[in-house]
Amino acid sequence: MPDTQALVNEFLNKLKKRKIEGSQATARQTAELLRSVISQQRVPYTNQAGALIDAMKVVGEQLIAANPVELAVGNIVRRVLHIIREEDLSLTSAAISGMNFSSVSDDDDDGDRDDRPVLSAAAVAAAARSTLRPPSLHTLLEDMPDSAAVPHTSSSGGDSEGKSKSADKSTITRKLKHDVIEAVNELIQDITTCHEQIAEQAVEHIHQNEVILTLGSSRTVLEFLCAAKEKKRSFRVFVAEGAPRYQGHLLAKELVARGLQTTLITDSAVFAMISRVNMVIVGAHVVMANGGVIAPVGLNMVALAAQKHAVPFVVLAGSHKLCPLYPHNPEVLLNELRSPSELLDFGEFSDCMDFRSDTGSPLLHVVNPTFDYVPPKLVSLFITDTGGHNPSYMYRLIADYYSADDLVIQRKPTTGN
Amino acid sequence: MGAQKKGATRVSEDADALSRQPLQAVLLADSFATKFRPITLERPKVLLPLVNVPMINYTLAWLESAGVEEVFVFCCAHSRQVIDYLENSEWYSQPNFLVRTIQSHDSVSAGDALRVIYERNVIHGDFVLISGDTVSNMLLTQALQEHKERKKKDNNAVMTMIIKRSKPSPITHQSRLGTDELFMAIDTSTKQLLYFEDKADHSRGTISLDKTLLAENPSIVLHNDKQDCYIDICSPEVLSLFTDNFDYQHLRRHFVKGLLLDDIMGYKIYTHEIHSSYAARIDNYRSYDIVSKDIIQRWTYPYVPDVKFCGNRATKLERQGMYRASEIVQSCSSQIGPFTVIGNGTKIGNDTKVSNSVIGEGCTIGSNVSIEGSYIWDNVTIEDGCELRHVIVCDWVILKAGAVLKPGVVLSFKVVIGQGFVVPAYSKVSLLQQPTVEDSDEELEYVDNSSGTVEISSIRGTADKLNGEMTSQSSETHESELGSGGVGYIWSICEGGHEEEWRHSIAPIPADKLAEITQTTDDDHELLTQDGTALPPSGELKSDSFSNLSEDDEMEDSKDDSAYFEKEVEATFLRAVHENVKVEHVILEVNSLRLSYNMTSSDCAGAIFYSMMKLSLETPHASASELLQSATNVISTWQRLLKSYLPETDEQIEVILKFEEMCLESGKEFSPLFALILQHLYDKDLIEEDAILTWANEKEGADESDKVFVKQAEKFIQVRNNVNIFYS
Repeated sequence: MPDTQALVNEFLNKLKKRKIEGSQATARQTAELLRSVISQQRVPYTNQAGALIDAMKVVGEQLIAANPVELAVGNIVRRVLHIIREEDLSLTSAAISGMNFSSVSDDDDDGDRDDRPVLSAAAVAAAARSTLRPPSLHTLLEDMPDSAAVPHTSSSGGDSEGKSKSADKSTITRKLKHDVIEAVNELIQDITTCHEQIAEQAVEHIHQNEVILTLGSSRTVLEFLCAAKEKKRSFRVFVAEGAPRYQGHLLAKELVARGLQTTLITDSAVFAMISRVNMVIVGAHVVMANGGVIAPVGLNMVALAAQKHAVPFVVLAGSHKLCPLYPHNPEVLLNELRSPSELLDFGEFSDCMDFRSDTGSPLLHVVNPTFDYVPPKLVSLFITDTGGHNPSYMYRLIADYYSADDLVIQRKPTTGN
Repeated sequence: MGAQKKGATRVSEDADALSRQPLQAVLLADSFATKFRPITLERPKVLLPLVNVPMINYTLAWLESAGVEEVFVFCCAHSRQVIDYLENSEWYSQPNFLVRTIQSHDSVSAGDALRVIYERNVIHGDFVLISGDTVSNMLLTQALQEHKERKKKDNNAVMTMIIKRSKPSPITHQSRLGTDELFMAIDTSTKQLLYFEDKADHSRGTISLDKTLLAENPSIVLHNDKQDCYIDICSPEVLSLFTDNFDYQHLRRHFVKGLLLDDIMGYKIYTHEIHSSYAARIDNYRSYDIVSKDIIQRWTYPYVPDVKFCGNRATKLERQGMYRASEIVQSCSSQIGPFTVIGNGTKIGNDTKVSNSVIGEGCTIGSNVSIEGSYIWDNVTIEDGCELRHVIVCDWVILKAGAVLKPGVVLSFKVVIGQGFVVPAYSKVSLLQQPTVEDSDEELEYVDNSSGTVEISSIRGTADKLNGEMTSQSSETHESELGSGGVGYIWSICEGGHEEEWRHSIAPIPADKLAEITQTTDDDHELLTQDGTALPPSGELKSDSFSNLSEDDEMEDSKDDSAYFEKEVEATFLRAVHENVKVEHVILEVNSLRLSYNMTSSDCAGAIFYSMMKLSLETPHASASELLQSATNVISTWQRLLKSYLPETDEQIEVILKFEEMCLESGKEFSPLFALILQHLYDKDLIEEDAILTWANEKEGADESDKVFVKQAEKFIQVRNNVNIFYS
């Protein structure tokens, strides 16, 4: 498959050079890439899911290594793996019950009644999510025994191999791939519409005459605020500029263009202003499994200020930002140090950068971290495309999207292979 | 395909055709210099590791990300090694990025290289000219855009140089990269480069500018705090220029200076200054050190060790700028300080201290070793108790226990330093013997590079073959040179070079050296301030101090200036006579000349009168009376011109003085006619009697010889005086 390899290489290149910015764009492009890899992948008759999973892992490993800071890549790879597993599972169960054809047609009817063209567990789950209803514990419990019964894909693949012999091989071959691609399409759809889905909930959270504070720039936050504005809520926004990249300036410009009353403040003025603020709404880079947030630099300070004045601290995050890893995991690279030139002008300080002093190291060090870690206890509420959640609920949400097999397995066994 | 494309662009030079042209780059994989000897005798400079990645990868990675689609890598010295490396690298398999190599064995300079490339006829549009030892992360788009727009307006704008601000050291007069302080004069509005000098004479503390530069350019700023990044955006004409001027060798010293001086063709060079992005060229050991540290400090982001930009190993950034690759074996008691890079598979023993250093892959470092500010390449073995400060240690070097490397030492490949041996500061050690060619700076850079490499490659062959035996053999022969068990030759530092050694060395400049320079510059400065021509030593030579400089210049040149001015006025006047130009227009022209030379109206009057007299003198005449006739004719024809510059007595006196001077020197024929012409001037109301009387009074106290003309005019003056008395 030289075609996909070229695609993968190109994407790897972009990731390595840090040419893709923003987790949404990264997530979408990753999903699109994985979709084309899946569609190009030849699947054997036996153990199709296993073959697909292996292919995913090979690509996924490269992608994650290319930019370990962009956790959204890993999230999407894991979700696609999860989709493959779920589809495989539903096919297997269909095959088991497919001994008599009536149940299959029953299943089909189910799908039709849901107005979903795709018949698959993942699709049903996605449908459930898109209606802003968290999946009931009951459905989760129902799933549990199944996955417990088939802990390893290889064995489940073996199962399916055994059972599928009775069913029509060629249709199943096509079916798994087809279903997986459909589900990945759903995922891409989810990622692209996550802003709107989050923004729909804006009116529930922003009230008349409130003062909202935000830091830096996030597309999600922008859409969220504008959605509230469109629903005729009148409120004011304080924007902290978000040094050193000053993306807050851009956000302020956008907000003003959409007719919102905006006040721009420096990052250091946040504490002074926080007592007048009713709610802090910010975007995130990644939400960890424990409910901690990796967010643009400066947000920890804002969160602490908000806590001091008992101001709700609300984090908006699309579901592609939910990461199944914990921040204490050594695999997670929490931060990226960018070029110091964003902070100061090289020419002006070139004499301070002189290495000719006795120790051979300059007296001036410039550190420019990109992210902050905000611990879960400082976050009041997460708003994802499936609704608002408490930080302590995050691990539960994550269990819906990812299968436990993929969390750590991701890298180690493939490198072992 | 190439021919077709070329034809298309030749026919229609419109913007569309140009923008469709894929952006090309010429990468010179040879520095055509010997600053990195002895290392470069065995490996080309572009393949030397910079923070554990061969330098050329930084350049290629940047070119790729800057949107360059086709790169011609020009290989000269060790071309085989470069080509082999590129063939095995990932650069050949990149989509949308074509790397081609051009090999040449007889090129000894950048100029030769560009001539070869011109002959190959591969460059079809604007291209980026860069050498393979440049690290940058700038965006090309803006500079390229500017270049193209300028090119569209003015076909002579052939090159855009990328510059960056970086203050030079006020004491040593060199940039932080170890290059000489660079002076550039740049037009503030157009960004045109007007003056370029990298070899200024610091001992005098002055630089001299051509004054036409100041006359012709209304706004010009002289910089000494700009760093030349050696990234140029060139039009294809540059290649043909190199071919036309076959003596151009060095890109800057010959090409840039040549273009700036050549005002016949009128080619122009512009600059583009980058602010937030980084660009630097590794020119010598010092810049190797500085750029390495800039990379570790992440100024070159995203080309930093923990980003895999070109197949480098995964490296993790830990606290305080510590980069560590995987599979490092490190003793618990060892101390790894900040801003250190440690490569894959390196072992570090007990109580070893490492700070501000780069250690390559597969090194074995024993116990109680102290490494500070050093660059240790791959597979180096350092035994217990060694001490390394500010040194470069190449691949496969072995330091036996207790060896000490003093600051500035460079150990080339596979050298062995004997037990407890102390290598003196700034020495360079290689397995190869120092080429016996006379090291005479300039010539060496261009001329013997080729011969040097040929000779060396033959040595190298034998060196490689004998390598095994050499270890045993030479341990006896060189025992004296590098301690017991040592292998290699210490290169003698050539005379005159020693003084410069500390400037380009990897080691920081020793404090006593700095103190010494400060002392001498202080002395110099005191001397110079008495002359009033010193440059402010603290460096910034901006507009105000610059104007001082130019004034000084003009003071010196003021004599020349007035002579030039007179010539110009005369030429204008003659043209006016021959072409019947209206008096108003002549006045305008003379006025503009007066402004540009900064002259007074009396200067103008003098100059005009002089040219009038000269004209009449040159009109053929047989006798004095005819001369008088022509002179009076000229005066009456052009009296309005002269009159307009004679508003006051002062100017009139000037005219008389001028006339007097003329009679004495150039136009002796006028001397008998002095009084008569004076009379005529008076009659025409050009000169008032006040002026004549004042002149006469001034001459009262003068020598007899000076009074010749006063006496001649005596009669006339007396009449005037009498009239005055009469009226009073």
